[in-house]
Amino acid sequence: MKLTLKVWRQKDRNDEGRFVEYIANEVSPDMSFLEMLDVVNTDLVKKGETPIVFDHDCREGICGSCGMMINGRAHGPGKGIATCQLHMRSFSDGDQIVIEPWRSTAFPVLKDLMVDRTSFDRIMRAGGYTSAKTGGIPDGNSILVPKPVADEAFDAAACIGCGACVAACPNSSAMLFVSAKVSQLALLPQGKAERVERVTRMIAQMDEEKFGSCSNTYACEAECPKQISVTHIARLNREFVAAQF
Amino acid sequence: MSLTGLFLTIFLIEHLIGNLLVLLQDGGAAFETYSEFLTSNPYAYLPLRFVEAILFASIILHAWSGFTVWLKNKRARLTKYKEYGIAENTKFASRWTAGTALLVFLFLVIHLKAFFWNIRLSGEHVSGYTIAHQTFSNPYYTWFYVFSFIVLGYHLYHGFQSAFQTLGLKTKKYSTLIETIAVVFWCIIPLGFALIPIYILFHPTTLALAK
Repeated sequence: MKLTLKVWRQKDRNDEGRFVEYIANEVSPDMSFLEMLDVVNTDLVKKGETPIVFDHDCREGICGSCGMMINGRAHGPGKGIATCQLHMRSFSDGDQIVIEPWRSTAFPVLKDLMVDRTSFDRIMRAGGYTSAKTGGIPDGNSILVPKPVADEAFDAAACIGCGACVAACPNSSAMLFVSAKVSQLALLPQGKAERVERVTRMIAQMDEEKFGSCSNTYACEAECPKQISVTHIARLNREFVAAQF
Repeated sequence: MSLTGLFLTIFLIEHLIGNLLVLLQDGGAAFETYSEFLTSNPYAYLPLRFVEAILFASIILHAWSGFTVWLKNKRARLTKYKEYGIAENTKFASRWTAGTALLVFLFLVIHLKAFFWNIRLSGEHVSGYTIAHQTFSNPYYTWFYVFSFIVLGYHLYHGFQSAFQTLGLKTKKYSTLIETIAVVFWCIIPLGFALIPIYILFHPTTLALAK
């Protein structure tokens, strides 16, 4: 396959940045999107040019490191996948692919396709630890959690914090991320104890980081690689309202 | 925004039921009685002016909070995407809520000028029934109203369920119920409102009755 790539290149935080066109001549449909970029980068290195910088780690969709806007879609076309799980068979020979970093005031571009997502870390930190003393190792069944509740909490815990929800949202809102983090703890007995403080602090931090406000377009749910449901956002809103009383 | 929005949708029910009286073939008698009650019944006067004040405050608050959220969200993404496939992931009504809001606001200004101002503030004693027939015998007004109700339908298609999501009530259990009730607000109510100008436009004889 032969592809034309329009890639966002930006030297550092302060650089204006621009699109640069690259031709990828020998792309196999079996390659993952990141492998395709690796091949392009090898060519760039051979030519003495700076390779395209992008975040990546596990390359199996569980770490949340990779993420880029591919033809206007967070993690590219397809549902429930991270960029590393996107394969070149989703494209056709001769296609032009526009590759951009996540665009959000809260995710400043560091270099090329790599953005600073420490705003997510600060939201997590604001949530705090569960400060209850846990004592010795409890018996497996000493805290009873009904199966549907455990499943719901697990669905929320599947969030890998990649930032696709923010990137896809027309408002750059982080509500799906924050709702997943609040949900996974608020549903379980161990997390219930500090739910009021947690939701209050996380929402305050989210606003401080200059994420936008949710307008319920549900673009986040559509692009989430872990297909986290917006019903978690409803739960977050409920938790937040309840925390006011 | 959700609370003021829901209050405003509740007002639409009352407004539609009252306005449908215009269509009765009684020379406007029923509508006039209703109109009189709203404006000059001594017992209902104060409570109704109070509700009216809340209504206007809700419109202003709803618009203001919408505007501030819009502004905040603009600042949350200063560099736009070159390619942005938002249309593939979202519904038209959800993407254009601010746009439909602006059109609804424009409609409100024209509507209040044509009716509220003439009936309540101009100082002349004119009946709403007569104004309705005069206004909607003009096809430009009629079709502008119909267009505005379609826009209102889109606004409520997003807004009604959205209010429940914001209040945290749109859970898996109640989602279907909310979407079903929403049909009344985004489809049936705007349709009912649109019926009035269309009916009057195509029945010019009723205009003669009004005169």
